[in-house]
Amino acid sequence: MNMLIYLIPIALFLGGLGLVAFLWSLKSGQYEDLDGAAWRAISEDDDRPER
Amino acid sequence: MSCCAAGTEGALDLERAPHKLPSAEELVISSRSVGPGLMQTDLAVPAVHCGTCITTVEQALRALPQVERARVNLSTKRVSVVWRETVDGVESDPVDLPRAIAATGYDSHLFTAAEQASDTLRNQLIRAVAVSGFAATNIMLLSVSVWSGADAATRDLFHWISAMICAPALIYAGRFFYQSAWNAIRHGRTNMDVPIAIGITLSYFASLWETMNHGEHAYFDATASLLFFLLIGRTLDHVMRDRARSAISGLARLNPRGAMVVGIDGSREYRAIDEISVGDQIAIAAGDRIPVDGRVIGGGSDIDMSIVNGESAPVPVKPGDLVQAGTLSLTGSLTIEATATARNSFLSEIINLMEAAEGGRARYRRIADRAAQYYSPVVHLLAISAFFAWGFYDGDWKHAMMVAIAVLIITCPCALGLAVPVVQVVAAGRLFKAGIMVKDGSAMERLAEIDMIAFDKTGTLTLGRPKLVADHAMDPNTMALAAGLAVHSRHPLSQALARAQAGPVTVFDGVKEIPGSGIVAHKGEDVYRLGNRRFACEGQGSGRADSAYSEVVLSKNMVEIAAYRFEDMLRPHAVAAIADVKRRGFTLGILSGDRAPVVSAIAGKLGIANWKADLSPKEKAGFCAEAETEGAKLLMVGDGINDAPALTAAHVSMAPATAADVGRQAADFVFMRDGLDAVPFAIEASQRAGRLIKENFALAIGYNVIAVPIALLGYATPLIAAVAMSTSSIIVVVNALRLNRLTIATDTLADSGSAVVSPSKARFAA
Repeated sequence: MNMLIYLIPIALFLGGLGLVAFLWSLKSGQYEDLDGAAWRAISEDDDRPER
Repeated sequence: MSCCAAGTEGALDLERAPHKLPSAEELVISSRSVGPGLMQTDLAVPAVHCGTCITTVEQALRALPQVERARVNLSTKRVSVVWRETVDGVESDPVDLPRAIAATGYDSHLFTAAEQASDTLRNQLIRAVAVSGFAATNIMLLSVSVWSGADAATRDLFHWISAMICAPALIYAGRFFYQSAWNAIRHGRTNMDVPIAIGITLSYFASLWETMNHGEHAYFDATASLLFFLLIGRTLDHVMRDRARSAISGLARLNPRGAMVVGIDGSREYRAIDEISVGDQIAIAAGDRIPVDGRVIGGGSDIDMSIVNGESAPVPVKPGDLVQAGTLSLTGSLTIEATATARNSFLSEIINLMEAAEGGRARYRRIADRAAQYYSPVVHLLAISAFFAWGFYDGDWKHAMMVAIAVLIITCPCALGLAVPVVQVVAAGRLFKAGIMVKDGSAMERLAEIDMIAFDKTGTLTLGRPKLVADHAMDPNTMALAAGLAVHSRHPLSQALARAQAGPVTVFDGVKEIPGSGIVAHKGEDVYRLGNRRFACEGQGSGRADSAYSEVVLSKNMVEIAAYRFEDMLRPHAVAAIADVKRRGFTLGILSGDRAPVVSAIAGKLGIANWKADLSPKEKAGFCAEAETEGAKLLMVGDGINDAPALTAAHVSMAPATAADVGRQAADFVFMRDGLDAVPFAIEASQRAGRLIKENFALAIGYNVIAVPIALLGYATPLIAAVAMSTSSIIVVVNALRLNRLTIATDTLADSGSAVVSPSKARFAA
């Protein structure tokens, strides 16, 4: 029972971390061009988005 | 064009470029400043479709000194370029950007920057899905512990935590449903969102009340998962529409944004189109579209009217003739005097007609909303009657409340809310893969119920490209002569003649094109002429008006050597597609603005009995509206500006990607294939989607028939509700995925010049 006092907040925090990470990736435009990303992964040159 | 040979084809493509590069002024108008001395220009490049395309276009742009960054977006088929206004003190020319792209063999167009609103809405929806997903999974974890028998204190703690996770999710992710439900109620209507909004709110507060009173059953998990599932459906629906919209606006044909206005003193000034006033003189070069209605005061040319009134043969104009906005000057340069402002030009007259025709479609209600009309009163009635029945039966009002909530949750509109969008998204994905865009889900519902199809002729049944009729043995020597003259002209008939000549062409000296007439050239002592009969043979009248063919005559010293006849090329698969829809029992007709002999020839070739020719845009729209009032459900397929009101008035409409902007915006479906087989395929897909939606409704209702009595009798615990809810949702989604077996032959996907749809486009349908 006492375990829960620690574990639940930790579980929620980790889940929240995942949520925040997703929201950040959405905001930084990583879903803008999914088709292009598939091709860029195998292209030779290093073309990072200059945002 | 194959992407891999892009570089080698570049030179050819440039010569045959269907449109000219945008001018520097137009580029500047459509650019935006992104920092000190930096400008950003977005260009649509419809032909990019693979990794090689990306590197080719980006490298070509980055090689330019003024380009700061260039990035291709393959999903939207656009490239955004950030460039410096000055390089080493020299002002840079923005036309270098499209020129650099054209040199690699890709066409680029400016497009009207799509409003960012839909994009922000998409991101808002995805964020809401993420938040509600987070809430649903965590609450579900806690609920599982409760179901597996947590004792009283732990259970209460878990319920409290669930309540705290659920509240922000309800407010943040539920706001879409609350807004939409409130809108519906305010206008005295009800839609699918009303029972959803009431259901989630009631179940949340009842569960909160249960928690405060140390109750056993809380429905937080059901509330959160309901939100999560429904938002997925909502987001898919939005993404589907968004995708079609961005693909369509990416194709936007280059409409003139401005024109070269000639002052009284001969000075030239480039002005935006809205600033042109009546009486201004405008210079129009060969290959330009005419920006406003006007009268020709100088020069001469052949005008391509096909996009405006369906007339397939170019019309020669001379000073004194009137020209309409949107038409294309082919062979010569003109000076026109504006007789109307852009706002009052022919095009705006069409837009007024379209607005008048809007009414018919606004009255159509989506199948989900029609289902909601019956569904929501029934559900609420059931819940209320269960509440009172239990309350009066044993006086335990708290229990009665819980039963009522259980009914609302169990009959969750989840399956119903998912049933329609998932099927429509899968169907739209299949269509997208086949190169057909759908504007929204209701378009497929409407297409599934049609019984009549009307086609426009020029540009719809035909490609709008003339083809040489090989009706008598072509003498190769004469052909070489004719083609040698024809290569010097932009006139579509000349170009068709030049294309038809496979062998070498004769070389002439002193070739001169006389706009509106033809080409004249010398070879030794002889004068050769190629053009209409009157020009080539001086004074003999032409028999054009009563013939189904356009004609070009080659003469030597005013004596006719050969006459070439042309007809408009049918779209590939047109005959098969027409036969196909005929076999399905639809009534077919042609509504054309072209001349009667031309229309009847095409109608005879395709076996369509009903046709009308010489129709004005108003008459076309009138025909569609009439069909509507007689109770027929009409599909209109058309491409021109003159079809736009008819496309709006018809029950449902389709347009090819090559259509005029206004036509594309009026249509529910836009197909990027050259083949007309897009029409039967879209009908087939829509009918199948319609059947699947009905099946899904039957499944959802069948499930409710079983589940509701259980809830009414008070046996439904939150566990049973959660299991039942999830299974029903999964069943309808799996059923929708059966549509993925629908395919079409891929040999007529339109090639360069319009988007090539990659298989990955249908990603969200897989």
